[in-house]
Amino acid sequence: MTISERAVEAAGLQKRYGKTQALCGVDLVVNSGTICGLLGPNGAGKTTMVRILTTLLTPDQGHAMVAGYDVVKQAQQVRYRIGLAGQQAAVDELLTGRANLEMVGRLYHLSGKAARQRADELLERFDLTDAANRIAKGYSGGMRRRLDLAASLVVSPPILFLDEPTTGLDPHSRLGLWAIIQDLVAGGTTVLLTTQYLEEADRLADKIVVIDTGQVIAEGTADELKAMVGGEQIDVVIRHADQLADAVNALRRAGQAEPIVDPETRRLTMAVQGGVSVLTEVVRELDSAEIAADDLALRRPTLDEVFLRLTGNPIAAPADQETSEPAFALTH
Amino acid sequence: MSTVQLPLQPTSLLERLRWALSDSLTITRRNLAHIRQVPERLLDVTLQPIIFVLLFAYVFGSAIQVPGGGSYREFLLPGIFAQSIAFLAITTAVGVANDMEKGIIDRFRSLPMARSAVLVGRTIADLTQSILGIMVMSLCGLVVGWRAHNGLLQTLAGFGVLLLFGFAMTWLGTFIGIIVRTPETANTLGFVALFPLTFIANTFVPTQGMPPFLRFFADWNPLSATVAACRQLFGNPGAAYTGTAWSLQHPIAASISFSLIILAIFIPLSVFRYRSTTSH
Repeated sequence: MTISERAVEAAGLQKRYGKTQALCGVDLVVNSGTICGLLGPNGAGKTTMVRILTTLLTPDQGHAMVAGYDVVKQAQQVRYRIGLAGQQAAVDELLTGRANLEMVGRLYHLSGKAARQRADELLERFDLTDAANRIAKGYSGGMRRRLDLAASLVVSPPILFLDEPTTGLDPHSRLGLWAIIQDLVAGGTTVLLTTQYLEEADRLADKIVVIDTGQVIAEGTADELKAMVGGEQIDVVIRHADQLADAVNALRRAGQAEPIVDPETRRLTMAVQGGVSVLTEVVRELDSAEIAADDLALRRPTLDEVFLRLTGNPIAAPADQETSEPAFALTH
Repeated sequence: MSTVQLPLQPTSLLERLRWALSDSLTITRRNLAHIRQVPERLLDVTLQPIIFVLLFAYVFGSAIQVPGGGSYREFLLPGIFAQSIAFLAITTAVGVANDMEKGIIDRFRSLPMARSAVLVGRTIADLTQSILGIMVMSLCGLVVGWRAHNGLLQTLAGFGVLLLFGFAMTWLGTFIGIIVRTPETANTLGFVALFPLTFIANTFVPTQGMPPFLRFFADWNPLSATVAACRQLFGNPGAAYTGTAWSLQHPIAASISFSLIILAIFIPLSVFRYRSTTSH
């Protein structure tokens, strides 16, 4: 089977539930063999997006192609090529783990024997062999998610949709699931993943699409998104308040930007380009001016800051918003 | 881990039908496997009819005269059979509403399986379950004095008519289950709709004594036709009918026709609604 270069391609998707406009014209492209992270807060439209792309919902407007097939007109063709693991684990609680997987295998028309073999393989791979003959109702959250993911992989679909796969999981289970997802992509699977965890998007996704109130508000790699907030900065906390003026001069010599001073906490902050080399320079200048520092750090903006800024959370100071406006112009 | 090749897709119409049937049976097996986990679900089809048999046989039995004579208990059993089969609609409605609420329905919808299989599998499983109920009731009936008098073939035909009516009821229940969306509502609505339906009929008392309006309704009630068909085929009393309703003059043909009409309405309606609705 051949898959087009673009595993997922959506244009102008709109969906309304009653009075709520869940999606207001979303475009999305996911290239084959990559992980795309759809990042957004609760109610942003992430799940609606996934449900449309997996043929569970039809869009009011716009169209989408998955694996080269139209999700509305060729839904059955799409279903042959996708796997879905949802926020609400789509497993049968009253069946055993093994019976769940065998049932899915049978629904793909594998022979009874092939379905059993495949179920055993997946149980082993997802560390569920011991629980294979217990009903899923008694599974822990993590086990249920693993079973759900296993069920979506019964026929090794080329495109996998994961709707908040780790929401509500403990850190250990989360790491385990991340490893599995990375494995799958290494094997050539395309993954569209929704998440509200920035760390997850940062860690897994080749491309991040930030979505809020049904609109794409930014997209790019994690680094590109972070650059929108304004690159790296150096934080210095000096020991003696009377050396603040000297410290400002030292920092000026080391970098190009004007340091911002907070006398109360004895903290100086300066935007930098070139990261570590500037940091060394700052250390040298402070040292030669005999200024003692309590804390010294090179800080990259976290995706949290990007996210909060983009989604209009009040955490961003008004001055900052002005400087980052050109970055917004890239997307809207 | 090895990968599994994507399965071939059915090409001909015949193959698609075969796959749809196979999907339905897979779902049937799934629903029957649930019973092993929640055996108390069988109480609906076992304990409840036994209670009805005993209550009516011993409480009402002494006061009700069967027209044309004969044992009330023999008159009663076909009524109990049909009532309990009619209640199958509630079982199915609750089952479907349950499924629609759960995440598993998203799995089914995202798989390339026959769209109708989730519903067909449910109705077949529920019907299978009701066969057990009929067996329990028959045994209970035999204990209190009910007999089928017309030989094996007619007896089987009687049960056949009952099961066809049961199949129709499961599809009525399927439709209810899809539109109400919560198991609790399905249960309440099913009960409110079906309980009167099973009493305004010839189930427990002859319709002759009813006020004209009620009698008209009772005589044309599909349940009455099914009960009368069973009485005729089992050779139980109360089969003779002196009224004007065609459906009770020809109860066997009428029961089969009613069932087929209900199926013709509710199968397409249910499948259509299932395709166009999604779980929450």
